[in-house]
Amino acid sequence: MHRQTITRTPRATPLRALLAATLSLGLFGTAAQSGESTSADVLSIGGSVTEIVYALDQEHRLVARDTTSTYPPEATTLPDVGYMRALSAEGVLSVAPNLVLSEEGAGPPETIDVLNAAGIAIVTVPDRYDAEGIGLKIRKVGAALGVADKADRLASRIETDLNEAARKSDARADADRKRVLFVLSTEGGSILASGTGTAAHAIIGLAGGKNAVTGFEGYKRMTDEAVTTAAPDVILVMDREGNHAITAESLSTLPAIRPTPAGRNGAVIRMNGLYLLGFGPRTAKAVADLSTALYGS
Amino acid sequence: MPAHADRRAIARRAHLWLALFLAISCIASLAAGASGASIWSALRNIATGTPVAATDAIVLWEIRLPRTVMGLIVGAALAVSGAVLQGLFRNPLADPGIVGVSAGASLGAIAAIIFASALPVAIQAQVGTFLVPLAAFLGSWVSVVLLYSVATHRGRTSVATMLLAGIALTALTMALSGIMIYAADDQQLRSLTFWQMGSLGGATWPKLAIAGPLIAVALALAFTLGRALNALALGEATAMHLGIPLQRAKNLAVVTVAAATGAAVAVSGGIGFIGIVIPHLLRLATGPDHGPLLINSALLGGALLIWADVVARLIIAPAELPIGIVTAVMGAPVFLWILLRSRGVLDL
Repeated sequence: MHRQTITRTPRATPLRALLAATLSLGLFGTAAQSGESTSADVLSIGGSVTEIVYALDQEHRLVARDTTSTYPPEATTLPDVGYMRALSAEGVLSVAPNLVLSEEGAGPPETIDVLNAAGIAIVTVPDRYDAEGIGLKIRKVGAALGVADKADRLASRIETDLNEAARKSDARADADRKRVLFVLSTEGGSILASGTGTAAHAIIGLAGGKNAVTGFEGYKRMTDEAVTTAAPDVILVMDREGNHAITAESLSTLPAIRPTPAGRNGAVIRMNGLYLLGFGPRTAKAVADLSTALYGS
Repeated sequence: MPAHADRRAIARRAHLWLALFLAISCIASLAAGASGASIWSALRNIATGTPVAATDAIVLWEIRLPRTVMGLIVGAALAVSGAVLQGLFRNPLADPGIVGVSAGASLGAIAAIIFASALPVAIQAQVGTFLVPLAAFLGSWVSVVLLYSVATHRGRTSVATMLLAGIALTALTMALSGIMIYAADDQQLRSLTFWQMGSLGGATWPKLAIAGPLIAVALALAFTLGRALNALALGEATAMHLGIPLQRAKNLAVVTVAAATGAAVAVSGGIGFIGIVIPHLLRLATGPDHGPLLINSALLGGALLIWADVVARLIIAPAELPIGIVTAVMGAPVFLWILLRSRGVLDL
């Protein structure tokens, strides 16, 4: 993927030598990988990655974040380099990171090429919706920041908690599992719900529930009748500030929801979006919270 | 006709002023950016033989310079295409969108974004960052060729048919895009939205090496259309009687617009407004003669898009605003204001 574009200049030789020098410096000199450092030189991209950096007490290393990094609230005081898929090459260079920690999918590729050429180390963590995936994320971030032991302890703890939750969930008889419908939005009265393969689908399963919709992948608009047929026992929504929040009343009065068990009982659970779907250090707690909300403690 | 001659002289003199403005714009674009890299200290270093700091060299050479060149050629391509089409259709509302170029390019880009992951990994690695531009360019050409063959009957092209068929084709393309958008996942949707709002952030030398010559040749050919477009303003019959080879002019106009806009949209995404506004601004200022108008459109289009990009990359630094938002938010009110001030002057 990487193209050596510098060669087009007539002054290529000194430039290329310089570039080679920085590249090799970038490869061998990432202080980040050789031990705990105190200088701020890390750009964190992705809400869960930033959360992990804070959970490992390495926030003093951060110089900037992306738009999705909104937790903990202190993180929002860092400069924002924009949306992770539309990063500006010069914007990223202007915060002078030596290390970029990123969730999968940061881009565009043109920007990544420039960052590579500038000798900035880029560590990409996988985005997976299970205990192992979170553990992998934490260990990778920890290794890149030179706090592998601490990361290992945190990862093990979270994996234990999540596996325990998964065991409890698996033990629940299928007939006892509540059918949960995750609603992303109700714009214009039509329901945008989660199918399979999403963070919402995974967290519902971990908390001992059952996704009420398995007919499609990702988030899609559903017709009212399909929602009624899905017969959810509980509606799960994200808690957002301001007018975006979906209120329980507005949900229960929707014609699609009213005839369902969730509509009849007014069973609506609201949780913070990043907390619920972030698959980071707080996920074990989010699973426990959701489980309590579903079945009581 | 002294007034007429005056206007023509003014339009010719405008070449110089606009070229100067363009040069200033390029320098500003090279000097401005989120990072501290300074073009002046880099130039001083080069002059004195001291090496330029590596990061500064990358910022200046790999980021700001390609962006500036990209802004120049894309802005020029969109503005000239707009001027050619407004002349060809004798319609002030014509812009590259009207011959289906934008919608076709958009359809190609959407298909590339959504189906990229379905391609074998080996092919993905080969095409890399070229997949979306390539698909967008193909999409724009397919739609122009389709439209042109619909509008051409027995070797004669009807611009009225082309205008109407263009609307139908755009509707069809948007419907096809809609189907793919429905199938897209969240991340693809975000990529798509950003593509449609345009950006010069993806400017790289390899992309410029392909788009640049293509746009340059297309514009050079478009500049020869001035006399034919002037004659067309009097109506097709009159133009014919004036001895203008009409069909040849139409062919040339459509091909150059498709090449220039197709390449521009492919490398920069959907950037609206430039194509429709720049020619009108210039007509108000320097008159309707297409000869100087086409050249002035290229100069002003390039300069203004470069400024829009400077704003886009500075206003929320270190993040970046899509440039299509900047051109519309800044350009539209200015255009309205000029229209209000000169009501009745614009009678194309």
